[in-house]
Amino acid sequence: MTGFSLDLVADVQQLLSYHFMLNALRAGTIVAVLCGAIGYFMVLRRQSFAGHTLAVIGFPGAAGATWLGVGTGLGYYGFCVAGALVIAALPGPGRLTGGLGGDGESSAVVGTVQAFALACGFLFVTLYQGFLSGLTGLLFGSITGVSDGQVLALLAAGAGCLLALAVLGRPLLFSSIDAEVARARGVPVRLVGTAFLVLLGLAAAGASQITGSLLVFALLVTPAAAASQLTARPGPGLLLSVLIAVAVTWLGEGIAFFSPYPIGFWVTTLAFAAFCLALGYRHGRDRWARPRAGHPQPAGSNR
Amino acid sequence: MSEQLPAGTVLPAGAAEVLALAGVSVTAGGRLIFSDVSLRVRAGEFVAVLGPNGVGKSTLLKAVLGLQPTSAGTIRVLGGAPGRHNSSIGYLPQRRAFDPATRIRGTDVVRMGWDGDRWGVALPGRWSGRAGREARDRVREAIALVGAESYASRPIGQLSGGEQQRLLIAQALIRHPKLLILDEPLDSLDVTNQASVSALVQSVCRSHQVAVLLVAHDVNPILPYLDQVIYLAHGGAVMGPPEQVITSDTLSMLYGTAVDVLRDRSGRLVVVGQPDSHAEHRP
Repeated sequence: MTGFSLDLVADVQQLLSYHFMLNALRAGTIVAVLCGAIGYFMVLRRQSFAGHTLAVIGFPGAAGATWLGVGTGLGYYGFCVAGALVIAALPGPGRLTGGLGGDGESSAVVGTVQAFALACGFLFVTLYQGFLSGLTGLLFGSITGVSDGQVLALLAAGAGCLLALAVLGRPLLFSSIDAEVARARGVPVRLVGTAFLVLLGLAAAGASQITGSLLVFALLVTPAAAASQLTARPGPGLLLSVLIAVAVTWLGEGIAFFSPYPIGFWVTTLAFAAFCLALGYRHGRDRWARPRAGHPQPAGSNR
Repeated sequence: MSEQLPAGTVLPAGAAEVLALAGVSVTAGGRLIFSDVSLRVRAGEFVAVLGPNGVGKSTLLKAVLGLQPTSAGTIRVLGGAPGRHNSSIGYLPQRRAFDPATRIRGTDVVRMGWDGDRWGVALPGRWSGRAGREARDRVREAIALVGAESYASRPIGQLSGGEQQRLLIAQALIRHPKLLILDEPLDSLDVTNQASVSALVQSVCRSHQVAVLLVAHDVNPILPYLDQVIYLAHGGAVMGPPEQVITSDTLSMLYGTAVDVLRDRSGRLVVVGQPDSHAEHRP
């Protein structure tokens, strides 16, 4: 490894000459596309807290699997999907009344589940003596540890999730924005919501294995939040969310390769920067557009 | 769009029956919500469901939609059991203001009324073919019908209550429903918007022969347009044409307090002293 030079082409060639980097980029791309797409709906549905919970639930899952001596992948997927089903089964005020502009969630109940899951994770770590060296990897991920088999497993899981998301498509959007009308129109709102949470759990489990439990959330929420600042159109919003996620992942992995600091930090920081830029762009555009549109913002409306 | 015909004048004699309730009662949680409601609504009729809070006005609408089981009586909606023909019903639930942070355009919300319940995703623009063109035409037509062209492409969370309400009515109308069910669409609107949304509903009702079932707290904004009213109160119900039902005696009896019905200079009825005429907190 010769380090970073000003010749970017040579840098990229050097980076791609390492098999572990190639795998990291492959896995990162799959995770980014998946998180960008599912995260867009998560943000639209205001289920970021549920998403965060599902992301950190991977940690006790992996810790428990290690303690029991089964594969960590099983722990991640098992706990995340089970967590998704638990959250879907919990009574949420938004789910019962059918709130507008997002399903809403019972944050206290979801938070309770999260706290309990983290406590279990800590217990498993304690029960499995000598596990602590791997703890940082579980929480923050590592760029070097992705095998060919993991990439293939991730690709299968990711393709399955995206296909399921495409099938849910319009009914998911409808019930995310306007659950009550969707229900009256015959959309199985409850079922669609549960299916989405399971997809969210699968995406969180897959991504956790690459970026670590804590930083999955960065890829789920930040690109989607940035994209929804840039456009209010669902199709382009979804696409932008995916593009931003892929861009920050590639850049973050590239920078992490040449720097001593961890990948999760770089990906999260770049995503945060993208969000700040998007926020600035929207505020600038609103300010510039408002006097011209001849349509003042409603003051003292019904909210 | 703005022609306001006097109530009851444009109904064809043999207009199709859209809705028929006979002796309907609803019990929920062991409590009688209302009993013995009978009502016949024909195409192009404007019917208001009125009454104080908590008497089951929304419950009645849900029963018509098949979302609330009844304990007695029969309901026929568009010739079938409730819930069978919901794709021919436009429905606007109660208390609906979008969060200001909702980043989705009014157009997209209207479009959901067209194909939001179909599985899969809509192909973008030119790949969507004839179906996509039709969908876009219908969205444009519905938005034009409610006069929302100038703000439909803005994020819906940033629109005023009246603008949101018009777009939601467009969403409810996009499939050319035979029955429009509106739960307190005037609630949370200012007086000007109450008048203009009422006039819009009346105009759609008459010009497209859509039967309208509208729940309201305050009868005054819609009173000039009504063909029938149904008052629910304390388990009972009074139904009929507004001139017969909206009298000082009937309303005072229903509300259990003095309510006056006056006529203004143009001969219009005005209800004064009716409790609950303003939005208030409900559970």
